Amino acid sequence: MWKKALIAAPYLWLLLFFLAPFAIVLKISLAEPVFGQPPYTHTVSLENFAFLFSDKLYAITYLRSVFMAACATLLCLALGFPMAYGIARCGRATRSLLLMLIILPFWISFLLRVYAWMGLMNNYGTINSLLLWAGVIDQPMQLMYTDFAVFVGLVYSYLPFMILPLYASLERMDLDLVEAAQDLGASGSRAFWDVTWPLARPGVIAGCLLVFIPAIGEYVIPYLLGGPESLLIGRVLFDEFFVNRDWPLASAVAIVLLLLLVVPIVLLQRYQSRDQENTA
Amino acid sequence: MKDFIRIRGISKHFGDFAAVDNVDLTIEKGELFAILGGSGCGKTTLLRMLAGFETPTSGTIEIDGVDVTNQPPYERHVNMMFQSYAVFPHMSVEKNIAYGLRKERTPGKEIAKRVDEMLELVQLGNFRSRKPDQLSGGQRQRVALARALIKRPKVLLLDEPLAALDKKLRERTQFELMNIQDELGVTFVVVTHDQEEAMTLSTRIAVMDNGRFQQIGTPKEIYEFPANRFVAEFIGTINTFKGRVAAVADEGIKVYSTEAGVTLTALGKQLVEEGQEIEVAVRPEKIFISKEKPESDDDVCIEGVVDDLGYLGNRSLYRIRLESGKIVQVSSQNRRRSITRFLEWEDKVWISWRAGSAVVLLD
Repeated sequence: MWKKALIAAPYLWLLLFFLAPFAIVLKISLAEPVFGQPPYTHTVSLENFAFLFSDKLYAITYLRSVFMAACATLLCLALGFPMAYGIARCGRATRSLLLMLIILPFWISFLLRVYAWMGLMNNYGTINSLLLWAGVIDQPMQLMYTDFAVFVGLVYSYLPFMILPLYASLERMDLDLVEAAQDLGASGSRAFWDVTWPLARPGVIAGCLLVFIPAIGEYVIPYLLGGPESLLIGRVLFDEFFVNRDWPLASAVAIVLLLLLVVPIVLLQRYQSRDQENTA
Repeated sequence: MKDFIRIRGISKHFGDFAAVDNVDLTIEKGELFAILGGSGCGKTTLLRMLAGFETPTSGTIEIDGVDVTNQPPYERHVNMMFQSYAVFPHMSVEKNIAYGLRKERTPGKEIAKRVDEMLELVQLGNFRSRKPDQLSGGQRQRVALARALIKRPKVLLLDEPLAALDKKLRERTQFELMNIQDELGVTFVVVTHDQEEAMTLSTRIAVMDNGRFQQIGTPKEIYEFPANRFVAEFIGTINTFKGRVAAVADEGIKVYSTEAGVTLTALGKQLVEEGQEIEVAVRPEKIFISKEKPESDDDVCIEGVVDDLGYLGNRSLYRIRLESGKIVQVSSQNRRRSITRFLEWEDKVWISWRAGSAVVLLD
């Protein structure tokens, strides 16, 4: 009885605060905008979706968002894997210290940390001042309001979400396995691809999902660090909602984004369960 | 061929600490050689140097006439069975066993044939497509063994091969290992902390302590004639009596021991002088226990009382207190069945042993 209640509680929570709002958003996306309270009709049509697909701007923005998020995910993986590997191979005491350092930034508000990057990457900010002083450049570089700045912000913010699951799967791995592969004739890099990588794959998949999903809809980082021309889907969503006050179209944008995210997650999950079947 | 593995002056330092300290060793082809020692004695480091996972600080290792000191593990004709077995969890039994040959780019047909041979050797034919987590500990160990043997290594290294198995399985595996070794003629080097494992498995044993070999010999030599106190105490239990050399005679060294209260005769090849302080050692199972004084004159007889006793089924253990307060351990076979105990606490008894049973121990 208690067991069932315990299991039911989170499901009820999800039903109430995820599925119900989702149904509302879906309903609004099928409506038409009007002036008034609420700012939409109670009609049902697919016009908003038709509009999304007819205007190339939206398609380009979706693709750009996917591309930026994918690049940020790969960058996080490239940076995070060696870091997670290094931490997993440290002594017990060093390990907890290093993990602590990875988690430490969360103690400061996300917004403040993004603002800090603005201070660093400003034309007269810390990075430019240092480079000017050192004589590497003779006029300030444009760092802020570029795609570069957005990548810096994304990678900086989401790296811990990549490192932690990677660490969890690497830490569990028996080092003897790598030595066994070498003993049986695999060079160091061969042993990595034969043993370490496949065993770290659950961590890689989890880390990539944890970075990719929030990165694709990220609003604050591109808004604060990106240029006006770097239009991403989170920004479009915000503008449709608050600037144009077109709730139905904003809802349609959100629904398409959700579908866009569901596809890779389902694919990965199927891949992972097949992987587990093979292991089992 | 003699001197198949030749280790000369090998040392391994970790910082200031010498894990292996200037060790020499030769192992013959086809030997089942055991390196025996407590944890931290350097045995695992020595094994890892043979496998190529550690580079010696100094010294050389030759295998079959080739200097392999600086060869990486994947170039050596040496394979290892890890203590954890290190069976790849994401590969089937078959793929695990084939791994070594795959890395050699052996043709597929040849791989299939040799995998079949190995599966038969370790009796895992019905488990070929299973994943390691569907196997028992003993089966996983046999996968590890087959995987290490499939490349037909010149030397097979085994790190605590029986440590993770329960007692029944240990005994069976022990004999299986010996049979396989006999069948394939591969030289086995076993590292273990378990003296029983070393004694039953191996043709020769090296007892290691503090990064050095304390004694190298056959199990019998090591048990019956331990070179020093460490070896004597590490292998089995032993009673020692401090004493002073009274005379060096043909039949042995006469030692007067106040602890024993009598003059003892001990065998030993060591050079000793009259008056020197030495120790005489006797194994518990070499001592007889009786209520009456034994009649023979050659034997050493000492009187004492039963301090403690323990019944182990096949044998009984006694702790006998001598007049000097010295406790002597005696182990005696329970040949006859009897419901009543032969001895009770505080019984007066005589312990005796043949003069030739005692050996001289120097530090």
